[in-house]
Amino acid sequence: MSIAYQIVVCGSIVPDPLQTLEPVASPTGPALKNEMMLPAVLDPWAGHALFEAANLAKNTPGSKVWLVSLGPKAKLQQVMMTVAQKVPFELVALDGPASGFTDATETAAALAEAIQAIPGLDKSRLLVFGGWESASRGAGATLQMVGERLGILDQFQGVDQLTANADGSLEILERIEGGKHQVSKCAGAPALLGWATGNLPEPKNNPQVGMVNMRTVMPALQKAKPVKLAGAGLSFTSVALPKQLRETQVVKDQSPDEIARAIVEWIKQ
Amino acid sequence: MEKILVLLHTETDGSLAKPAREAMHAAAALHQALAGSQYVVGLVGENVQAAANSIGAGPATKYFGVSGADFVQPRYATDAAAVEAICRAAQATVVVAAATARWARVLSGVAQRLGGCADTHVTEVAAADGKISLHRWYYRQRMEGTLTRAQRPWIIGIDPGSQAACGCGSGTVTVEPVAVPLTDAAKRTTVTGLREPKADAQTIRPDSPLLFVTGAGWTKKQADGQAHVAEAEKLILDFLKKSRASLGSSKSLVDLSGEGQSVLPFLSHLNQVGQTGATPRHAKGLSTCCHGEEPHTVGWRFINERRAISLDPNCGWARGKADVLYVADAFKVMTKVNELLSR
Repeated sequence: MSIAYQIVVCGSIVPDPLQTLEPVASPTGPALKNEMMLPAVLDPWAGHALFEAANLAKNTPGSKVWLVSLGPKAKLQQVMMTVAQKVPFELVALDGPASGFTDATETAAALAEAIQAIPGLDKSRLLVFGGWESASRGAGATLQMVGERLGILDQFQGVDQLTANADGSLEILERIEGGKHQVSKCAGAPALLGWATGNLPEPKNNPQVGMVNMRTVMPALQKAKPVKLAGAGLSFTSVALPKQLRETQVVKDQSPDEIARAIVEWIKQ
Repeated sequence: MEKILVLLHTETDGSLAKPAREAMHAAAALHQALAGSQYVVGLVGENVQAAANSIGAGPATKYFGVSGADFVQPRYATDAAAVEAICRAAQATVVVAAATARWARVLSGVAQRLGGCADTHVTEVAAADGKISLHRWYYRQRMEGTLTRAQRPWIIGIDPGSQAACGCGSGTVTVEPVAVPLTDAAKRTTVTGLREPKADAQTIRPDSPLLFVTGAGWTKKQADGQAHVAEAEKLILDFLKKSRASLGSSKSLVDLSGEGQSVLPFLSHLNQVGQTGATPRHAKGLSTCCHGEEPHTVGWRFINERRAISLDPNCGWARGKADVLYVADAFKVMTKVNELLSR
């Protein structure tokens, strides 16, 4: 008999990867130029975690997915208009910064508190998902800290595959060095999984799913708790774009033979 | 006064890998720059004495060890318990560790337990006037920042490949054993093995001097109006076999295979480099049929020498990002390259 999981996905928003990013100094530390104007998307690896969560919930009857998201309320609302059409979930929104320059410890504290406040949370059925790294801070730190605050000792990072067995045990594939996966067997929930890409393509937009989700998304946004991340003890001495423009030598009029010779010579140097 | 602990784990054969020695290099440099600081070593593994002896001529004044059968497996619960115990025993204020998959899994969790803070993917550690500063990248290698923290203990995960390896030689040292009481709750997970492609099918080779990046152009229609996917596959695999290069791929190409299209079947998301993939470190990089602007090119941020083959002389991937751009048909060039490498 399969277990009905409570799957909590932690995922925030990041600037659309195609946008040009420029750091600026703000009264609270480094920030992105025109940050509130930049189009945002759900953090890519957190997005994979959400799709994997929905797939697991679909295949284990009685399971439910929550998306716990910390970000500026207006931007969250904008992103949820799209994300809510992908898969069924209930949103838990926190109104605060989603900047890459905030501190993981403070972010984790806010997320863990929000998770613990979910009504009817049953730790014996709890799976905490998220991206193994964000596309903003990219530290891979927040989820581990959330897990610690929730007392979850079975944690996995860089997950590409999860198999939930009928006996409640979990088989997990984690990315390790050299293009390999480490295979682990965990006795069961509670567990925390930081997802890499997984195996699922992004689901197509489904307006019906969107309509159902929006019934809870809008109220969740309206009652989003304000979160202040003070960055206590953390100070940046500089944040800058890399100055790595190379003088590219453009070779236009050489035959494939000549180019191949040059490349092989270079490889062998 | 800072007490610097460098944290090491042994490999399955009991040795220390290069990333461990890189972390030692960073920690030793920090120790040298911080007058009055102490430098100690913590080791985790089945048996850590040989590993400790292998670096015995280094500057560490003390060695702490957690060993035993329970610490062979890279597993969160036992690794976190071991690291926590060593940090407490050493009373470390600064902990430096290589961000291997094993350590990256636990470092931030342990920082939480210790009431400290953690920074990962660190590429530079420095100290001036008694103040430590770190250098790391933000927004997927698109901007770099230098930061400092007042909070302690401060756990610092060093990006493998970003430092020189410590060349300290061997000696005989005494390892102070640190006891780690484990409950059954710490053993709910068992590592059952590794899954990897067969040796001849493994295209990810972190130790290779060359990264070969393939872009979506390989699967597009060519001058004759047809796509030549089978030919592209043969050319790429032949090149990898002959050059022993590591294979990277742009997101678009990987996504095509992920969506069930029979494009280049040997590519997986593990090969993906760039904004939503890896940013590997190799001495040289050769990109072929890649296109796109800045967000896509972060995949070779850490490649020293870069060359590109593209039909587009204004390709954003190459202009200003590569040292040499060959405006040519990659199919023709790589055919010739493979011929030359066969000789």
